[in-house]
Amino acid sequence: MTTIDNGVNVQALLDAREVLEGAPEAAQFTWRASSKWTTGVHSTTTIQNYFGLGEEQSHKTETAFDADHPEIFAAEDNGITPIEYLLVGLASCLTAGVASVAQNRGIQLRSVESTVEGNHDIRGMLGVDSDVRNGFNDIKVTFTIDADASKDEIEALVAQSQKRSAVFDAISNPTEVAVAVA
Amino acid sequence: MLERGEIANSWRRERWDSLRLLTPNWQCGLPGVPYKGPDPDGYMTTAEVVELIDRFATRARVRVRTGTNVTSVRRTDDGYQLTTSDGEIRSRTVVIASGACNHPTVPGLAQAVPAEVEQLTPLGYRSPAQLPEGGVLVVGASATGVQLAAELRRSGRPVTLSVGEHVRLPRTYRGRDVLWWMDASGVWDQRYDELDDLRRARQLPSPQLVGTPERATLDLNALAAIGVELVGRCAAVRDGRALFSGGLRNVCSLADLKMRRLLGVFDEWARAEGLDAEVDPPERGAPTDVARSPRLQLDLRSGEIRSIVWATGFRPDYRWLDVPVIDPKGRLRHDGGVVDSPGLYALGLPVLRRRKSTFIHGIEDDAREVIHHLTGSLAAERSAYASPSTARA
Repeated sequence: MTTIDNGVNVQALLDAREVLEGAPEAAQFTWRASSKWTTGVHSTTTIQNYFGLGEEQSHKTETAFDADHPEIFAAEDNGITPIEYLLVGLASCLTAGVASVAQNRGIQLRSVESTVEGNHDIRGMLGVDSDVRNGFNDIKVTFTIDADASKDEIEALVAQSQKRSAVFDAISNPTEVAVAVA
Repeated sequence: MLERGEIANSWRRERWDSLRLLTPNWQCGLPGVPYKGPDPDGYMTTAEVVELIDRFATRARVRVRTGTNVTSVRRTDDGYQLTTSDGEIRSRTVVIASGACNHPTVPGLAQAVPAEVEQLTPLGYRSPAQLPEGGVLVVGASATGVQLAAELRRSGRPVTLSVGEHVRLPRTYRGRDVLWWMDASGVWDQRYDELDDLRRARQLPSPQLVGTPERATLDLNALAAIGVELVGRCAAVRDGRALFSGGLRNVCSLADLKMRRLLGVFDEWARAEGLDAEVDPPERGAPTDVARSPRLQLDLRSGEIRSIVWATGFRPDYRWLDVPVIDPKGRLRHDGGVVDSPGLYALGLPVLRRRKSTFIHGIEDDAREVIHHLTGSLAAERSAYASPSTARA
């Protein structure tokens, strides 16, 4: 068998799984973002630090994300809309999953592309119709994958990636959200 | 042999009225008691299973102390001390054969269900007549869940089925019972120490199968065809509303893919064995048809749902076992039925030694190996005692 390489260190992930099975407290992570209003509906959110493996951790650099709304919303379009960040999260999480599962199953990937479409009836958030929800009506993800594998094997990669995806779970299942004023 | 009730107690008292075995009759023999009836391809009712076990008990000439409930098993210097409803017993060895399905597993979110909705578990369920008229939410789509959903739907009730990860199987494949394939192809004989992921194999939900005279398939497509509404896994009950996962499509894809992979294994085996001419041509069936927008919530206060059946699995009861061999998840720590305490053994647990371990015909091979270990260790102890003690001094 030729060695396949999708650039994922699966052994490290498998080792982590084994270690954390006996140390569930180390598996407790807290991801953090800090946001600051600029003006209008424009804000900047930065991310650098998080907690995990029992201590404070830090990304190599701080990343800033501008969120705004497009001009057709009478805004300045200084960044993507907040709900589009959900699409970024979902696409990148599922893609990471596909690469990891493929590596673990010995499948060489050549290209993985996806489009994510979130259908959104904005009457909900505008308060036009209280029967319409604020968020997405539904989300559709379409993968195009070129790999040394059968169609069923590729579909299984995508299915397993969804099964283990943090963002897919966070979007498709209810989560308790507490918002407070400090 | 200690039995808390009568012989075949759980088959007499803890099964619903219409239940039949998943395994065809020809597969349901016990050592010395093969099936000899007129319907080898049929499926036994619970009364027939009771009769089979009774017949086996008589034939095996085992002394069964019925009505003897074990309330405690403790380790002693040279074995175990058992406290039972019929007195104390000392024993060098103990084989735990109390099963994996003593208690229904009900998720914590059941506590948030409004009081006006009746709730029950498969162990308490007997027939549709027991439930109030009106809509039923069945949570869980393994063998129990799909069978109860179908039966309740046929009783005229609107049924919603909450579906998480599941195992899809056709009742027959290429003209043979799917469990014939499991058996003949060797899948069922796969050993616990040869499986890639034993933990996953042991946690596998029971397959979506039912034993009916028609040998009908009871997958999600069959349920949808009789009007059962499919929704995702029940993720929360909040403010009187049941919230379902938006991941229904993916759990169906996973089940379809795994079924196709298994059928591929059967096909490969049939080709290798030169059986292609004897059985029907390969087929794959339609993928699971998921509605475009499955409902994501149900208002449990609206009156639409009058009862909930929690078909969310079972767990063993080891409260009587005062030996530290239970893992944090409540499972017995054992290696192929050899428990992590000298002289303690187990039988009849999922994939104990083989994939077929929890099926009636699956017990024989497991029992032989476990008892071989048991008698071997007793003999070793005896010879150790027999050797002169000065040798160790």
